[in-house]
Amino acid sequence: MSTAPATTREILIATIADLLDGVRTVAVGASSPIPAAGAMLLRARNEQRGRERVRVIVLGSREHNFFTNGSFELFDATAQGRVDAFFLGGGQIDGQANINLVGTGDYPTSTVRWPGSFGSAYMYYLIPLVILFREEHSPRVLVDKVDFVSAPGSSEGIHRTGGPHALLTSLALFDFDKEKKRFRLRSVHRGHTAEDVRAATGFDYDAPANVPSTPEPDAETMALLRGRVTGELSECYPQFVETLVADRAA
Amino acid sequence: MGEIVSIEALAAQIKDGMTVALGADNSGPAMAATAVLLAQRPKNLHIVCVPISGIQADMLIGAGCVGTLETSAVTLGEAGGAPRFADGIRSGAFKMMDATCPAVLAGLVAGQKGVPFMPIRGVIGSDVLKMRPDWKVIDNPFAPDDPIVVVPAIRPDVALFHAREADRFGNVRIGRQAELAAMAYAAKTTLVTVERIVETSLLADERSAAGVLPALYVGAIAEAKQGAWPIGLAGEYTTDTAEVARYAKMARSADGFAAYIKGFAQRFEAVA
Repeated sequence: MSTAPATTREILIATIADLLDGVRTVAVGASSPIPAAGAMLLRARNEQRGRERVRVIVLGSREHNFFTNGSFELFDATAQGRVDAFFLGGGQIDGQANINLVGTGDYPTSTVRWPGSFGSAYMYYLIPLVILFREEHSPRVLVDKVDFVSAPGSSEGIHRTGGPHALLTSLALFDFDKEKKRFRLRSVHRGHTAEDVRAATGFDYDAPANVPSTPEPDAETMALLRGRVTGELSECYPQFVETLVADRAA
Repeated sequence: MGEIVSIEALAAQIKDGMTVALGADNSGPAMAATAVLLAQRPKNLHIVCVPISGIQADMLIGAGCVGTLETSAVTLGEAGGAPRFADGIRSGAFKMMDATCPAVLAGLVAGQKGVPFMPIRGVIGSDVLKMRPDWKVIDNPFAPDDPIVVVPAIRPDVALFHAREADRFGNVRIGRQAELAAMAYAAKTTLVTVERIVETSLLADERSAAGVLPALYVGAIAEAKQGAWPIGLAGEYTTDTAEVARYAKMARSADGFAAYIKGFAQRFEAVA
């Protein structure tokens, strides 16, 4: 087993596992290898520590998806309150945690068009713990105001049991303050500074006077991540696992 | 009901102006049938992606078959954005109806049940709702202070998908892809391509009969080996990611797309 220090992506995976601590059921959308790895890491670690069992549902996987009712079941189980955590991203995320998965410019003839809103205009309202995850941390992604609201960060006067909990990027981790409807910087990953984060973020946010570093994964976590979790991940994300392993050797 | 026909005869049932429901990449897109459609070129189709699509919708857009696109997303997955879709959006080549996955599914369930609409949670306050004048917000008639979105029933003329197997009697095994059943229930008719046609009734075995769509809903079936290629089919084969990447690259330009689809039907025969 490699004893090389955690790579950037391994820090993200371990951070996701920590953010998910305490959840019973976590779902991961298609094409989300890092969130899937984080969920699998929590499952493996809780098992090793004799803690509560974590159910992981990875859309697009056969091995890590126990649903039998097709595309309906994630949405139905979510509305029934059976899914505790989920991940959303976006081409744009703004300072009020509104997310845009549709495109930039004037709708509908968007100059840059992304795939579409998927289930976000529903899941964001109903999943108690939504982690916003986007590797790219730049002013074009983290904007003051999104061009199109696929799903709003908060709502008034409607049935809403879920919403944003945290925002994780390749530079930093933010918490979302539901009262203030603002992000607050929690920590900055190894190799970056609070100033780097401020310069790369297009929205205003709160921050403590001294911004801590994102914790490095401990030896137990690293062993699980480089062993069991890498194996589990290769069933649905073989290409991602290749790059993950190559990063460790670099 | 469940008549077994050639793939050309199956595809020919999709006519100009029809509303056609398509399954997502994880539930068997009928790509061999799409190759035939690219030759037959029906016009002004209203495509309903259940609830998203990939290369299949992108190709139909590129070939000029799409008048309206109702979907929650079009994506080529790891190969990136769908190029003909993005180009068509920029040029306003078709009417876009952006949705969210559970709203498409709810519309089909309303169609399945023969009721005019279905309520769903979420959506309020999004621009998705703002851009969908056909979706309404009503007051929950059973509780105070609870506005809720209702979406109209979706009743496609045709549902089209690819599955593992059908029997001689027109029954189709769909396994756990329950949205395919909802598509078929809601649609006026369903066209299915399959990897193989078996002689024994799929309803004969009590242990697996629940995963079978009865012939009642099925208009026509055609055999198409590797019929989802280059997309995978659960339990049969995986996605040909190199081929999807090749498409993603070529389809960046209209000329590249035309060159790609020229050989598509033939390559299909070579793969099968």
